[in-house]
Amino acid sequence: MTAQVVTISSGKGGVGKTTAVANIAFALAASGSKVVCIDGDIGLRNLDVVMGLENRIVYDIVDVIEGRCKLRQAMIRDKHLPELYLIPAAQTRDKNAVSPSDMKRVCDEIRPEADFVLIDSPAGIERGFRNAIAPADRVLVITNPEVSAVRDADRVIGILEAEEKHSPALIINRLNPDLVKQHDMLSAEDVLDLLGIKLIGIVPEDESVIVGSNRGVPVSQDPKSRAGQAFRNIAHRLKGEEVPFLDLDKQAGLWDRIQKMAGRR
Amino acid sequence: MWWFKSKRSAASAKERLQLVLIHDRTDLTPAELNELKDELIQVISRHVEIDPDAVQIDLQHDGRTQRLVADIPLRSVTRRRAG
Repeated sequence: MTAQVVTISSGKGGVGKTTAVANIAFALAASGSKVVCIDGDIGLRNLDVVMGLENRIVYDIVDVIEGRCKLRQAMIRDKHLPELYLIPAAQTRDKNAVSPSDMKRVCDEIRPEADFVLIDSPAGIERGFRNAIAPADRVLVITNPEVSAVRDADRVIGILEAEEKHSPALIINRLNPDLVKQHDMLSAEDVLDLLGIKLIGIVPEDESVIVGSNRGVPVSQDPKSRAGQAFRNIAHRLKGEEVPFLDLDKQAGLWDRIQKMAGRR
Repeated sequence: MWWFKSKRSAASAKERLQLVLIHDRTDLTPAELNELKDELIQVISRHVEIDPDAVQIDLQHDGRTQRLVADIPLRSVTRRRAG
């Protein structure tokens, strides 16, 4: 086994990096891959709570780097999926406790034992981001169809180009097909045209994502969730499988259409 | 009626982003672009006659490549002689 190290980054905060990491990790692990997630946001730990593993933390990534524990001891196994692990961020330290070469060393140690290492990058383009992209074989840039998120994604893509990282792929998150139809939201085509990189997934806006993170069970585990389906598709594409993109027009159910006709939406 | 009033704000988002991304990527402000345009006109005018007001210089993007596109109509020499 040689794990593929995949970093998820965005520049802007709040576009859904942590949610995407948790969902893609669950989807990969549910389809038989061994996955290790690393929370790269030192000081603002969050992946643990989104994955529902916050009560199991003993050691964190800084403990591994500073030699207070073995790598295995910091790898928290998921409650349901035995092939899914999390290495949490340190909560009481800052980003300078970790260097890009530390991250490379940790990932090199995991590589022989896993199929995927997913790194949740912090927002911004400073040290924490540099740490998160240093060991990456692939970077997924996540954005929302919204001016500030697209602009920041473009900055991140520019930095990745300058670092000569393997060409990043784009996740467009929280796309609202109704707003796109009304011409009040950038379409996936608009965002792709602006950013000029290849697409790996379009995730529709979906209330079930919040319900999932409330419970600590990502929506990619919910077969009925549209966003969950989109995240599962991204997981398949990461494995090199060809999966058609979702037809988001079908998203509006009968009830939505009745509400729309009644002028409530 | 209010529901017929489409704001169509997506088009303006895209237009604004196109401009801002080009300037972010090239680190060239609109003022610097104007300065470049003036200098180009001066240099070209030394060799051929042009109408400075008809000159168009724009930054365009094609995927992730930026391109400086100049459209510089030349004044016709024959017409000038006839006049």
